[in-house]
Amino acid sequence: METEVLTPEVQEGFDCVYNKPDTLTDTRFHYCPGCGHGVAHRLLMEVIAELGIQEETIGVAPVGCSVFAYHYMNIDMQEAAHGRASAVATGVKRVLPDKYVFSYQGDGDLAAIGTAETIHTVNRGENILMIFINNGIYGMTGGQMAPTTLANMVTSTSPYGRSTEWAGFPLKITEMLAMLPGAYYVTRQAVHTPNSVRKAKKAIKLGFEYQKLKRGTCFIEIVSNCPSGWKMNPVDSNKWLEANMLTMYPLGDIKVPVKEGQGE
Amino acid sequence: MEREIRLMKGNEAMAEAAIRAGMKAYFGYPITPQSEVMEYLFEQMPKRNFKVLQAESEVAAINMIYGAAGSGARVMTSSSSPGMSLMQEGISYIAAAELPCLLANIVRGGPGLGTIQPSQGDYFQAVKGGGHGDYKLIVLAPNSVQEMADFVFDGFKLAEKFRGPAMILSDGALGQMMEKVALLPEGSLPHTVPAWAATGKPANRPPNVITSLYIEPEKMEMINHTLQAKYKQLQKEEVRYEDYQTEDADIVLTAFGLSSRICQKAVDLAREQGIKAGLLRPITLFPFPEKKIAEIAETAKVFLDVEMNAGQMVEDVRLAVNGKKPVYFKGRMGGIIPSPEEILHEIEQISEQVLSYQN
Ligand SMILES: Cc1ncc(C[n+]2csc(CCOP(=O)(O)OP(=O)(O)O)c2C)c(N)n1
Repeated sequence: METEVLTPEVQEGFDCVYNKPDTLTDTRFHYCPGCGHGVAHRLLMEVIAELGIQEETIGVAPVGCSVFAYHYMNIDMQEAAHGRASAVATGVKRVLPDKYVFSYQGDGDLAAIGTAETIHTVNRGENILMIFINNGIYGMTGGQMAPTTLANMVTSTSPYGRSTEWAGFPLKITEMLAMLPGAYYVTRQAVHTPNSVRKAKKAIKLGFEYQKLKRGTCFIEIVSNCPSGWKMNPVDSNKWLEANMLTMYPLGDIKVPVKEGQGE
Repeated sequence: MEREIRLMKGNEAMAEAAIRAGMKAYFGYPITPQSEVMEYLFEQMPKRNFKVLQAESEVAAINMIYGAAGSGARVMTSSSSPGMSLMQEGISYIAAAELPCLLANIVRGGPGLGTIQPSQGDYFQAVKGGGHGDYKLIVLAPNSVQEMADFVFDGFKLAEKFRGPAMILSDGALGQMMEKVALLPEGSLPHTVPAWAATGKPANRPPNVITSLYIEPEKMEMINHTLQAKYKQLQKEEVRYEDYQTEDADIVLTAFGLSSRICQKAVDLAREQGIKAGLLRPITLFPFPEKKIAEIAETAKVFLDVEMNAGQMVEDVRLAVNGKKPVYFKGRMGGIIPSPEEILHEIEQISEQVLSYQN
């Protein structure tokens, strides 16, 4: 089968080419081919560009594969210690209450070492947007078991598959957080198909828009893949994500704001 | 500047001074014997222009400090020994990211959960780094409620001048005791948001990034050189100490904080007996007054270092004395405060053994 290759000449004059928003720098992503981090970065930065809030946004990067998020995001940022992004974001928001503040964390960062900070940030209803990339594994350190690792899933520290008897169960921290009164908007999204990308972007936009209302924490989980850690090619990893991750971590809104006048 | 006289606990004086020094935010977690700091601040918050937040842990508190300092705000936290241990990771990041902030450790006896009685057992932690990597804190050691208040101003000034964390290293006795204090007025320490702060990127400047991550070793070494240059400059320009009758002294006591007050009394008692005693009290523990101690080592015959620990600052005193004269040590541990008589006894014994046969 012949595949059509679009050259820049062909695209000229058409509005069908993806434009990089100037909220993204020219630095090339260091992410492995097919990794969801790059897509999530792009969505975040597109939303910031579209809302015109580049000058008013401060991001907090985690420790994990996205530790260098600030190389790609053309905004003011802070790099937090492992697990502490939401505490750092709290510090930022409390002294700059009228700015847009978001944190961006992996599952090891947010749901293992940073669990206390995560829960209490949401419980205080910090008016920030928390982005949570759940790839079921510790990507950066070479594919160790994460709190979100599925039962029987093979990682470098669960080489025979995660034994729930020995290592406990996959942690659905997003559902837990949705129970907290400080959570304003909690949703689980993905970025493995064009359709899921569009939905995730919508959610991120809402997350920023809601922040203006100062009604509590917006929390967006993005179920993502880790081709290198999962030892799969990108296409297979997305199929595996769909078949396995999404059963444990079903997509959709978990807590949505109560409309004015409707009460709780 | 017109000062206001009040009778206050050390912890409260420190909190009041912080408000007057223009602190924008405080993040902390309760622990005896320093909880009055945050309690005082919460009581004052509705009336004055700053914010306090009780964090879920000292780990969270120090990272909130990181975030707020990185946003260009003048910020402070305080704790006592076990809590300060929990903060060490964050302090290392703050030092590496070159963020100014003020920390106060109202030390209690350890190790472990220890005791809530006063101690000086955290000297090593405060002065030698505490967390991982090559960094230092600017460490100020008050010995009165007055200095608990004044060193807040000095601490903010130094932290901001040198872009790094400064610490007030005090103890449970100074934190809890009440003394007369003359407070500087509000607004006497102006502050502007620094240009490097991450406050939102205007179109005309590149992003400001607060980070401690430099993956290339060459860059990381450069950062280390920057830090070391600051520490050198501090050592050159910011050393502070109090010299009490060392000029003609045969036996020179070295002590910081609370022990220095007891030693001052012991020096007076010794002088009454005709023993030529003196006291050198380091006020900045880093930068340490090593030159001054080396200078004294030329004229004094013997040193006696007194601390409320097993012997920590004495290592720095010995380095400064550099073998020129003997350095004795007297310490009490576990929350016990030595009495002036106890120190006097030590002075008497040393003067009998060392000074008499030297003469
Ligand atoms: C205090 C501390 N402990 C451990 C590490 C090592 N470490 C770096 S990243 C990481 C895990 C990151 O995994 P995750 O948060 O899931 O993010 P991912 O890399 O998968 O995006 C660990 C354990 C560290 N940097 N600091």
